[in-house]
Amino acid sequence: MKYLPLVWHNMWRRKVRTTFTLLSIFIAFLLFGVLMTIRATFSLGVDLAGLDRLMVIHKISIILPLPASYQAQLKSVPGVDVVTHNTWFGGVYQDPTNFFATIAVEPEPYFGIYPEVHLPPEQMKAWLADRQGAVIGVELAKRFNWKIGDRVPLKSFYRQKNGSDSWEFNIVGLYDGEQGLDKTQFFFRYDYLDEARNPANGAGTVGWYVIKIKDSSKSKELATTFDDMFANSQAETKTTTEKGFIDGFAKQVGDIGSIMIAILVAVLFTMLLVVGNTMAQAVRERTSELAVLKTLGFSNATVLALVLAESMFIAVAGGGLGLLTAWAIVSRGDPTGGLLTPFLLPNRDVVLGVALMAVVGVAAGLLPAAGAMRLRITDALRKV
Amino acid sequence: MSFFTQVIAVSWLNLRTISQRLGSSAVAVIGIAGVVIVLVAVLSMAQGFFAAMTAAGAPDRALVFRTGADDEMTSGFSGPEADIIKQAPGLRHEGNEVLAAAELFVLIDLPKISTGTPANVPMRGVEPSSFPVREEARLIEGRMLRFGTNEVVAGRAATRQYQGLKVGSEIKAGQTTWRVVGVFESRGSVAETELWCDVHFLQGAYRRGNTYQSVHARLESPASFTQFKDWLTSNPQLKVSVKPEVEYYMTQSQTLTRLIRTVGFSIASLMGIGAVFGAILTMYTAVSTRTREIATLRALGFNTVSVLISVLAESFGLAAIGGVLGGLIAYFGFNGFETSTMNWQTFSQVAFAFAVTPRLLAQGLGYALVMGVIGGLLPALRAARLPIASALREL
Repeated sequence: MKYLPLVWHNMWRRKVRTTFTLLSIFIAFLLFGVLMTIRATFSLGVDLAGLDRLMVIHKISIILPLPASYQAQLKSVPGVDVVTHNTWFGGVYQDPTNFFATIAVEPEPYFGIYPEVHLPPEQMKAWLADRQGAVIGVELAKRFNWKIGDRVPLKSFYRQKNGSDSWEFNIVGLYDGEQGLDKTQFFFRYDYLDEARNPANGAGTVGWYVIKIKDSSKSKELATTFDDMFANSQAETKTTTEKGFIDGFAKQVGDIGSIMIAILVAVLFTMLLVVGNTMAQAVRERTSELAVLKTLGFSNATVLALVLAESMFIAVAGGGLGLLTAWAIVSRGDPTGGLLTPFLLPNRDVVLGVALMAVVGVAAGLLPAAGAMRLRITDALRKV
Repeated sequence: MSFFTQVIAVSWLNLRTISQRLGSSAVAVIGIAGVVIVLVAVLSMAQGFFAAMTAAGAPDRALVFRTGADDEMTSGFSGPEADIIKQAPGLRHEGNEVLAAAELFVLIDLPKISTGTPANVPMRGVEPSSFPVREEARLIEGRMLRFGTNEVVAGRAATRQYQGLKVGSEIKAGQTTWRVVGVFESRGSVAETELWCDVHFLQGAYRRGNTYQSVHARLESPASFTQFKDWLTSNPQLKVSVKPEVEYYMTQSQTLTRLIRTVGFSIASLMGIGAVFGAILTMYTAVSTRTREIATLRALGFNTVSVLISVLAESFGLAAIGGVLGGLIAYFGFNGFETSTMNWQTFSQVAFAFAVTPRLLAQGLGYALVMGVIGGLLPALRAARLPIASALREL
């Protein structure tokens, strides 16, 4: 501790260099934070998907509907806990570029199957009492400034019996959940859709089934059982775990996310390498000073610690501020207006960032410091 | 010695001696090259996607959807309605045939070659008139599909991205088996991601009855659009909306292009700031190692402006090297790279190639030079203001 002033003064002997080194590291870690956020977006929340949930979709394509009668058949299979279904509504609010997911669900089974989606019980009660009720994510509510009690019109490719394509909903609840959950979805009651829609618009069909099974290790066998049940029927099915499904969906978005991230990671590491080199340079040019310290009786270990403390300080101060700023920017929300969902900096990546700072600090200080430690005093002093 | 010869002499001296400061100069060059790579590579992705989408549009073509539908996926109308649409004025005729095609647009699951995971490949049910409507579509392998059968022709980009699309192979989808008999190209546009089959066969396979999703029409000229549109939208038998094809594909590309551009620009500007810091560091180091040299020059009578410009010239030169290097890496690393992604409007796949255009390269180089000038400014001022006497004394 008593060497702190020495480290401090050493660091600021070249103010310009230290300042810009700090700034460079700051930028590098700011970038790192933003990058990890984008990476999380492109993986579409795969980490949260449950293994005990299976998705049953139409074998040819998810856009084709499945008969509603499958629900009872699926429910009768031993090992199945809950069967519910979702239907993609394709709702558009005012302008088609205002994209968000609109899905018709069965309220109670849906929220039962997804315990990570939190909805206050009294709002659930209100939903069950209002056929036109809708429950939306807190982020979606923030985006359009919707509150409980608002009446929201959406257009859809589904027509009502009277031929209109405009549907009205009452916001009755806001759901929330842990980090990484998609909080931009719009859920409403399937019975509203099914009773009001024009029978030509697929009456008696649903989009896909979500099944909660009792034992997640049985998912493979059950998936085969389900698909065999409907083989050679009008609508054959394909069953995957929810994780597999979302993973597949993320893969459809495909390379574009991974390419962007690969480019950025490569560049980020180059930047860190360059900055590390500058820091190492700052130590190298002081070799003779370190020799003087050793002449004065400083032990090898102390010299090493002094040098390392300096480079660690720069790495941690610059990097910490950078990560903090990234976090502040990310929590202000998505700059593209809803395209990047979920938009958050995962905790895991914050830890990774801190580890990276330590690596940069040690790597930049260690080599020159070790060199200084091994130095023969006489050699070093002669160098001047 | 005139002012200009002074400037040139000192600048030349600086540029020639860069090789002695390789280490720190590399910092600036690498930093700037990195920024240019990211900027050009990411934007070339947006550019390629945008080009694939917009190449599908032609000014003399229009699309007819059901009112309220914004894309082919969500639109739909009956066979008789499609027949009425084909009677609209303003359509081009070729012999007895009217150049308008009622089509279906569905998705089919095919595994991607790169990952083996299923992807939503668009499948279009076409009529014989679909081909003269899109005159740019050209068969490059195999033969044309026979109408009334399960034959399909596949877009060239689709055959490179998804498995099982070789001529002669079969695709099983549900209870239908499709036979690939040919491959077509279409100016590298999004149509090349599609599989085309007989619309009537597709109606049966997807149980669509006698319905269609869109009518693709070729007009007598771009100017006939208003006439065509007014007739359709004022017809009491129809509830349709009409869009120029160019505008339709432009809208379709918007979401993703905007996403990539936002990400690309914000990352590149952040990195740009970092690279400017790198350049400043480099130039400060360059100036401080040459303190005595610079002071000597000043003592010999070189003026401050020439010293200032010489430092700027060095930083500008390093930036130019970085810019060119980054541009070259981006060009050789990414131009023409083929990939596919999902179009969020229809959830269907779009295959496209990265397009590193001269304009993007110029943009990258310009950005690099700006970084060089900004990075050199402060150190140049410092060099110019060195007090001669004390600087000469420095070690």
